[in-house]
Amino acid sequence: MLLRDIAHSRTGDKGNISNVSVIAYEMANWPLIEAEVTPERLRAHLAWLEIGEIERFALPRLGALNFVLHGALKGGVTRSLALDAHGKCLSSALLDMEIAGPA
Amino acid sequence: MKSLRIGTGAGFSGDRIEPAVDLAARGELDYLVFECLAERTIALAQQARRADPEAGYDPLLERRMRAVLPARGANGPRIVSNMGAANPLAAARKTQEIARELGLRGLKIAAVTGDDVLAAVEGSQLELLETGGTVRGLGRPLLSANAYIGAAPIVAALEAGADIVLTGRAADPALYLAPLVHAFGWAMDDWPLLGRGTLVGHLMECGGQITGGYFADPGFKDVADLARLGFPIAEVEADGSAIITKLAGTGGAVTEATCKEQLLYEVHDPAAYLQPDVIADFSGVEIAAEGPDRVRISGGSGRARTGTLKVSLGYVDSHVGEGQISYAGPGAEARGRLALEILRERIAKGPVPYLETRGELIGVDAILGGSSSGAHEAREVRVRFAARASTAEDARLVADEVESLYLNGPAAGGGVTRQVREIVGILSTLIPETEVSPALTLMES
Repeated sequence: MLLRDIAHSRTGDKGNISNVSVIAYEMANWPLIEAEVTPERLRAHLAWLEIGEIERFALPRLGALNFVLHGALKGGVTRSLALDAHGKCLSSALLDMEIAGPA
Repeated sequence: MKSLRIGTGAGFSGDRIEPAVDLAARGELDYLVFECLAERTIALAQQARRADPEAGYDPLLERRMRAVLPARGANGPRIVSNMGAANPLAAARKTQEIARELGLRGLKIAAVTGDDVLAAVEGSQLELLETGGTVRGLGRPLLSANAYIGAAPIVAALEAGADIVLTGRAADPALYLAPLVHAFGWAMDDWPLLGRGTLVGHLMECGGQITGGYFADPGFKDVADLARLGFPIAEVEADGSAIITKLAGTGGAVTEATCKEQLLYEVHDPAAYLQPDVIADFSGVEIAAEGPDRVRISGGSGRARTGTLKVSLGYVDSHVGEGQISYAGPGAEARGRLALEILRERIAKGPVPYLETRGELIGVDAILGGSSSGAHEAREVRVRFAARASTAEDARLVADEVESLYLNGPAAGGGVTRQVREIVGILSTLIPETEVSPALTLMES
């Protein structure tokens, strides 16, 4: 299944740093999300961004992860030549990740 | 003491106006807060002020005040806003003028100034947070340098009886924290309470983003009546816990999911959300629905502030030229790629040394870097080519190159658009809070 089936997400931006949340719809799926959505998998899934350091913060009470993606915005919101300079579309791109769900 | 009702009247400079009018008229609010200042906005506002000493405040201030002031009536909510931008005094004078025109006499209007620290920062050895190096080493004149000031001067304005408080670069959550500090008498070193007030401000500052805006995903996250999206209301208790809600009869939704998305929006470490007044801690926050469009927020905390203020620096970085052209039907993608090849060769062999270029096909690889292309051939594509140059003139040549594809490029290209924009870069530094002295000016309509 896709991450989109069990989680929702929003992207924020500050300078050249993007943050992406991953939030479980149901707390029952939180352990799966916590186990599957690792910085390594995120880096591979969004490879074209050539992200620098990736930090991951867990908020178990909310069933949520927060990823901080350093250097992900091609120079930052004000300078980037990218069409989506804010990286606003990244949340939807991340939800397209394949998750090893229960069979 | 009863809870305090704070509404959001705007979450960004260009936000819709009628939800604010609705809140002012029937929200039974104590406060209505308009957050209208982005990092880049204040640099642009400084440019406007240099051209005209009475300009440099929010371009929609006049429209907002003309719509909201009559709706709030004589005993409506007090207004707090950073619509002062680069010129809070001129914003206050304009508001005074509008109130008088509307026959609203006796309104007390406060301007908070002192966030402009350009004189202290320009040419200094202060370190740039994003790039390393110093402000002096940047080697470019600054357009603006504005410190993110905290709640204290806004509290002082409210204590002086202001009905309307207009600031420049105040920290966004501080616009909400200040009414709470004023109403509940919170001490400015009660870190858990300041953390909770900051949490309320953080959740509220983007307006519709917590009431179902920026959220809908049909089939997964459906939201009713987005065209009539209501803006949020926070009912805050003296202990800093709060209910987030919205007016009955408005579109959108307040759910645990909308609140969770907004909680993490533009947050890095949830345990350390750095603000001028406090380091807020969102790591223990609990979010629980209490009824339709009513969500309880609790568990925020905070610890002692850093004692330094972030300063946002604006400078003219470069100029970017951009052109777009569309191709459609069979072979659209191949013709789009041919167009990009032609552009790259012309730019590489041309006379202008561009600092950076980017070419892509919108609909194929502009957002997802080509990771999803190849699944099926696109039946329509839009070529986008952008380049960074030192001068506007050089930037324009790139856009002209795209336009010349009409007569000289692949078959059947259409719909050219061209754009040249000045790039205002934003960098940050830190200064001790003791070097910033906010000041208050009061006037009456």
